[in-house]
Amino acid sequence: MGKKDACRSQGKTRRQRDLRRRALPALAQAGPVSLWMILFVTLPMLYIIYISFMCRGVCGDVVCEFTTESYATLLDPTYFKVILKSMKVAAFTTVACLVLGYPFAYYIARKPADKAARLIMLIMIPFWTNSLMRLNSWLLLFQTSGPVNNFLQWAGLTDKPIMFVYTDPLVMLGLVTNMLPFAVLPLYSSIEKLQNSLLEASSDLGATPRETFFRITLPLTFPGIFSAVILVFIPSLGIYTVSDMLGGGKVLYIGNIIKNQFGAIRNWPLGAALSVLLLVITGLLIFLYTRFAKLEDMEVV
Amino acid sequence: MRARSKTARRKRTVGFLGDLYAILIYTVLYIPVVVMMAFSFNDQRYNYYWNGFTTKWYGYLLENDALIGSLWYSIVIAVLATVISVVVGTLGALGLKRFEFHGKKMINSMLYVPIIVPEIVLAVALLILFMNVGMSLGMGAILIGHCTFCIPYAVVTIKGRISGDGNSLEEASMDLGANRIQTFFRVTLPSIFPGVMSAAFLSFTLSIDDVVMSNMLAGARNTTLPVLILSMNKAGVTPDVNALTTIMIVVLVAAMLLSNGVKALLRRRERRLERGE
Repeated sequence: MGKKDACRSQGKTRRQRDLRRRALPALAQAGPVSLWMILFVTLPMLYIIYISFMCRGVCGDVVCEFTTESYATLLDPTYFKVILKSMKVAAFTTVACLVLGYPFAYYIARKPADKAARLIMLIMIPFWTNSLMRLNSWLLLFQTSGPVNNFLQWAGLTDKPIMFVYTDPLVMLGLVTNMLPFAVLPLYSSIEKLQNSLLEASSDLGATPRETFFRITLPLTFPGIFSAVILVFIPSLGIYTVSDMLGGGKVLYIGNIIKNQFGAIRNWPLGAALSVLLLVITGLLIFLYTRFAKLEDMEVV
Repeated sequence: MRARSKTARRKRTVGFLGDLYAILIYTVLYIPVVVMMAFSFNDQRYNYYWNGFTTKWYGYLLENDALIGSLWYSIVIAVLATVISVVVGTLGALGLKRFEFHGKKMINSMLYVPIIVPEIVLAVALLILFMNVGMSLGMGAILIGHCTFCIPYAVVTIKGRISGDGNSLEEASMDLGANRIQTFFRVTLPSIFPGVMSAAFLSFTLSIDDVVMSNMLAGARNTTLPVLILSMNKAGVTPDVNALTTIMIVVLVAAMLLSNGVKALLRRRERRLERGE
């Protein structure tokens, strides 16, 4: 900071020389990443918005003619139901991850730093296994003649095997177990920042543990909770691999519909319109987030 | 006195419940991995039920050309994506941290788009762009797609390692006669090296596990391993895939332990240098 001020107060020639001395390295360092982001993020995003307002041609091509037809199709009951269901499932996943993840993150955050680091690493390791193979394991466990059904029948809890596979509950189990770390990590880092002295002060002033939790801990860790909501809700809304693996093509969410529009069905404008819908939801949540926290503080890694 | 013992007892109960809860969560997280590994030893053509122990799939694996081919395809893409992402990401993290320029704010927020937006949206957007400019799908397209989400993670990871107190060390190095390149390799890079390594590890794991982007941008002939597994899903995943995935997780964990060892070594060296030895 002090350096920047010093620069500002110096003469113009100095500043020009400084610019020349710094412009080249700045370009060499920030240039590639900027170019990459503009070419492969900004440009495609703008382009997909453009496509969503185009017509669908006879043989699945895109006709350059302005229309809002694709957006009207989204309100069609067939699609609208899928959108609503995806939102519901994503919301359920988010709530489940928060409820399961908060105590877990709290538990880790109260441990000494080196032990906590190891516990966090222990969360990450299962996620280096191919995600589809992990989902496949759930399928193996819950299939009609699988261990879970065998156990239930052995224990006399059910006479006939329960059809778990290709149902929404199994897809939700897959989603929650897949998304849990994305809730735990931001929750952990916000709980970890919480100062012990505040909690002690609260209890010294006569607050019960419950009061301390609801009045001090929860409000102060709210940025972490909101990060968790974003990092769980948005991907769950667009994911199609979980519903493909565990839903066997019978359980359809927004992600599956988008994928199909760009695959077999070939209705690009409709797929683009659905993508824009996801973009708008994402943008809205991020806007809310930036109202009370900085985007840079979102713990994404 | 009694009150204190009561709180102590309470604390112990809460601590016990906490341990129990954590064990439960870890169990749920590890169940899929353990089941996946167990079924690599299953004596059955298709994984429907347990039919006895065998290690034959680890041998058959090598004869499954489609599987091995897709593995190599995935590895080549992951290695290239890691190299590109780490180079662009390291330079980018330094540039975005140290220089002020027009549009910096926009680039900074753009970096969060691939991290936050559902991957299918980015994949579809890139597909439309590539089709429009007449670029053929396949390895190049997948590589660009993977880099597009790996670079932001690399930048964020490395940026966290760059110290806030600016470039006094680098200025000292250049005052002492080193040029920019020498300074970069001898001063800057060593100081952010743990971050660079984390970024590389993250990029590699993200790329090798990716399904959505690869599925959308794959060409007609070759596919990556995850895309192959997704296509196998309807007929049932065969145990040789379990065997392959088991080998991969063992290799990754070993690599992680190795990199942690190197990191610890570097930290020790850093501390020694600080003490001025």
